[in-house]
Amino acid sequence: MYEYDEFDAEFVDQRARQFARQVESRLSGELTEEQFRPLRLMNGLYLQLHAYMLRINVPYGCLNSTQMRKLAHVARVYDKDYGHLTTRQNMQLNWIKLSDMPEILLELASVEMHGIQSSGNCIRNITADEYAGVAAEEIEDPRVYCELLRQWSSLHPEFSFLPRKFKISVTGAEKDRAVVKAHDIGLRLHKNPAGEAGFEVFVGGGLGRTPFIGKSIRDFLPTRQVLSYCEAILRVYNQLGRRDNKYKARIKILVHEMGAETFGDLVEKEWAEIKEGALEIPESEVERVRGFFAPPAYESLPDEDPDMAAKIAAEPDFAVWERQQTAAHKQPGYTIVNVSCSPVGKPPGDISSAQMEGFADLADDYNFGELRVTHNQNLVLTDVRKKDLFPLWQKLVSLGLATSNHGLISDTICCPGLDYCALATARSIPLAEKISERFADQARQEEIGEIYLNMSGCINACGHHHVGNIGIVGVDKKNTELYQLMLGGSAEEDASLGKILGPGFDEDGIVDAVENVIDTYLDLRENGEKFIETYRRLGPDPFKDRLYSAPA
Amino acid sequence: MGAGANPVMDGETVGMHQVVIANRLTDGIVVFLGRDRRWVERLDDCPAAETSEEADALLALGVEAENNQEVVGPELIEVQVRDGGVEAVKMREAMRTKGPSIRTDLGKQAGN
Amino acid sequence: MPLLKNAEVIEDPYTRVPGDDALPAEGAVLVDLARWESDREALIARDSAIGVRLESSQAPAAIADDLDQIALVALDFPAFTDGRAYSYARLLRERHGYRGEVRAVGDVALEQLHFMDRAGFDAFELGSDQPLEDWLTAQSDMKLWYQPTGDERPTVSQLRRR
Repeated sequence: MYEYDEFDAEFVDQRARQFARQVESRLSGELTEEQFRPLRLMNGLYLQLHAYMLRINVPYGCLNSTQMRKLAHVARVYDKDYGHLTTRQNMQLNWIKLSDMPEILLELASVEMHGIQSSGNCIRNITADEYAGVAAEEIEDPRVYCELLRQWSSLHPEFSFLPRKFKISVTGAEKDRAVVKAHDIGLRLHKNPAGEAGFEVFVGGGLGRTPFIGKSIRDFLPTRQVLSYCEAILRVYNQLGRRDNKYKARIKILVHEMGAETFGDLVEKEWAEIKEGALEIPESEVERVRGFFAPPAYESLPDEDPDMAAKIAAEPDFAVWERQQTAAHKQPGYTIVNVSCSPVGKPPGDISSAQMEGFADLADDYNFGELRVTHNQNLVLTDVRKKDLFPLWQKLVSLGLATSNHGLISDTICCPGLDYCALATARSIPLAEKISERFADQARQEEIGEIYLNMSGCINACGHHHVGNIGIVGVDKKNTELYQLMLGGSAEEDASLGKILGPGFDEDGIVDAVENVIDTYLDLRENGEKFIETYRRLGPDPFKDRLYSAPA
Repeated sequence: MGAGANPVMDGETVGMHQVVIANRLTDGIVVFLGRDRRWVERLDDCPAAETSEEADALLALGVEAENNQEVVGPELIEVQVRDGGVEAVKMREAMRTKGPSIRTDLGKQAGN
Repeated sequence: MPLLKNAEVIEDPYTRVPGDDALPAEGAVLVDLARWESDREALIARDSAIGVRLESSQAPAAIADDLDQIALVALDFPAFTDGRAYSYARLLRERHGYRGEVRAVGDVALEQLHFMDRAGFDAFELGSDQPLEDWLTAQSDMKLWYQPTGDERPTVSQLRRR
C-alpha cells in the first residue's frame, strides 16, 4: 500500500487546519452557507436528511487494518457505530456534527485519511479494480497509476471549480471490475503488440439522468503520459463543459453534444502542447511508486491445500462459502476472498464499528494487514493462504460477514435512498432487504447464478441501476413510491445500459416483478447461460409478456 | 410567532397547516421552529401556521435564524394531525421527522 | 474596488471603461474584449497602459497575438464556482508566456485565493471588507502542492528529490 511521506502528511494536516479555520468562519457567520457549501463539499461533508454526512476517501479501495480501526473509532465516537460502503469505494458516516469536523479530520489525518474531494465539482476519488495486484488474469497493476492520479488531482489549482463532479476509474485486468466505461475518464490498461503497457482512454461515460457508455478516444496511451493526457482532457472540459444547467454539466454531455471525435481532437491538440512537459512521469517515479505495491512476502506454497477436501466435507456451510466467495489468485497457495456486506434482510454495504474492528484483526491475521473496499459495497481480503480459509471463515461467521452471495442476486448494489439522502425520491434499502429475503434460499440463488441487481432511490443513479443486469429506480408518484424496472445493463467490459421494461410497480409489486423476471429467465435459459446472456439473446419481450400480459 | 397561530388540534380537518423545518447548523440535526423563536427537535412541540400570512411570517423567522447561524435551509412543510400526533404530509419530510425507516433504533423515532 | 497585489491592498491604477464608454483623457484603462478588438489602434495610440477584461466565456487565445501591448488581463468570475478562468490564467502564463498582471475580478472569494495564486493570478479584486490578514491567510493556507504550474514553486515531487 502507498505510505505517506512527510509531504503527504503535511499536505493533509494543512488541509485539516484550513478546514478547521473555515468551520470557525462558518459558525461565526463570516462565511454564509452559500460560500461555505463548496468548501465543506470539497472536504466530503454533505448535509443530508437527518444530519451531516461525511464521505471519507478510500483511495482506489485500499485500506490497512490501522485505518479500519480508526474508521471504527470515528464511527463509534462521532457517529452511531456504523459506516456505509459506497459505489466509489468510499465510506460514509451519516450522523456527523459540523462542530466535530476539525477533530475528526485530525483523527483521520493521523492514519493518512481524509475526505478531500470526495464531493464537490472537482476530481473525486480514483477508483479501481478491487483485485488489483492479485487477479490471476491481470495485465498490470493499476494501483501505481491510481496513486499518481490521486496526487495529481489533489487540490489541483486549475480543476477545483469544474462545471460538475469528475470521476476517474482504472482497470488492469481483462474483466473490468471498475466500471471504467461508466466514468468521466475510464482507463483500461492493456499491452500493445510490442508488449508495452498503455491505456485505452474512455471519456464521457456516466449514469444519472442521462446515462452514457464512455467513448474510446485513444486506443493506446503510454503509461507515463497518463497525467498529461488527463490534464488535457480536464482542461478542455473545464473550458467547454456546460455551466448553464447543472443537469447538463458533466463531460458526458459535452462529448455527446460535440461528438467524441471532435472532443478527442481537441484533447489531442491540447495534449500535444504539454505532453513533453512537467507532467510526463519519470520512469524513476513510476518505479518508486510501484515499490509501494510490491507483492507481500508470499510463502512458497503448494497450489492446493491438501486438507481442503476434508474441511469441505466436514462443514457444508464452509463448502458453500468457499465456492462462492473465493477467486483465483496469481500466487500458488493463495486466494482472493470476497467478504459480503449484504446479509439477508440488512442494508447492503453497512458495517458496524464492531465488525470493522473484527475485520481489521482478520486483515492482520490473514492478509498482511490490508483490505479492500469494492464498488459493490463489499470488502475483499486479497492475499489469503488457502490453508487459512477455514479459520478465516469461522471468524467471519462470528462477525456476521460470511454471507455466501458474491455475484448472486442478493448481493445487490443499493444506494442509501430516501432513508438518508436529501436527493432521493424513494426508499431503496427496504427494497433491497425485501428482495434479499425473497431470495434468501442459498440453493435457489446459486441456481439463478451470476446476476447483478442494482437499485437507486432516485434518477441520480448512485446505485448504478443503469448498469445492473436488473436495475430498479424509485420515483415519487403522488407522494408514494413507484419503482421502475429495467433489464439488460452491464457494468463490465461489455458495458451496456438497461432499458425500462414497462410501467412501474409499488413496493410489493416490484419484488414480485423481480421474481417473475427470474422465473422467466430460468424457464428460457439455455446451455448454462447467465441472466445477461439470456436477456441479450431473447431481448425484453419474453420478460414483458410475463410481467405485463393480462392473466389467462 | 405570528398572531393567531395555534397548535393543531386533534380532530381538526386537514387544511393548510405548515411548520418550518431546518437543519441545525452545528450538528445538522433536524429542528422545527417552535414557540418564542426556539428551535425544537420534535414536531409535536411545534405550533403550526394556518394561513399563508402566518406561514410567511414563520418562514421569515426561519430565514432570520439562518442569518444568525442557528440553522441551515429553513423551509415550510405541510403537516396534519393524525391519531393525536402531528405528521408531515410528504414522504421525504416524514422521513426527516422520524429517522431512517430501516434503523428504527436511530434518530428521533428512537429518541437519539 | 480595492486590489490585493503583492501582499498589500493598493488603489487600482486602471480606470474601468465598460462597453463603448468614452475613454478618459489619460491614464491606464481596462476595456472589454470587444472594445479592444474594435478600438485597438486608438487604445495603443493613447500611450497609456491597456488592460483587457475577458468574460468567463472568452478564452485568452483571442488576445494571444497582442499580449505585448496589454499590461493587464482581467479574468472575470461571474460566480466563484465558474472555474474557467483558472485555465485561462494558466494558458496566459504557460502557453502564451504572458508576464503582465493577471487579475481576478468579479466574485473573488478569499477561499479561492490559494488556487488562483498557483494558476497564475497575481492580483485580486477584493469583494468584501474582510481584513487583509484574512486574505493573506487564505492565500497561504496550503503550502504544499502536487501539481506543476507556471510558477516556480517546487511541487511535492521536486521536494522529494532534494
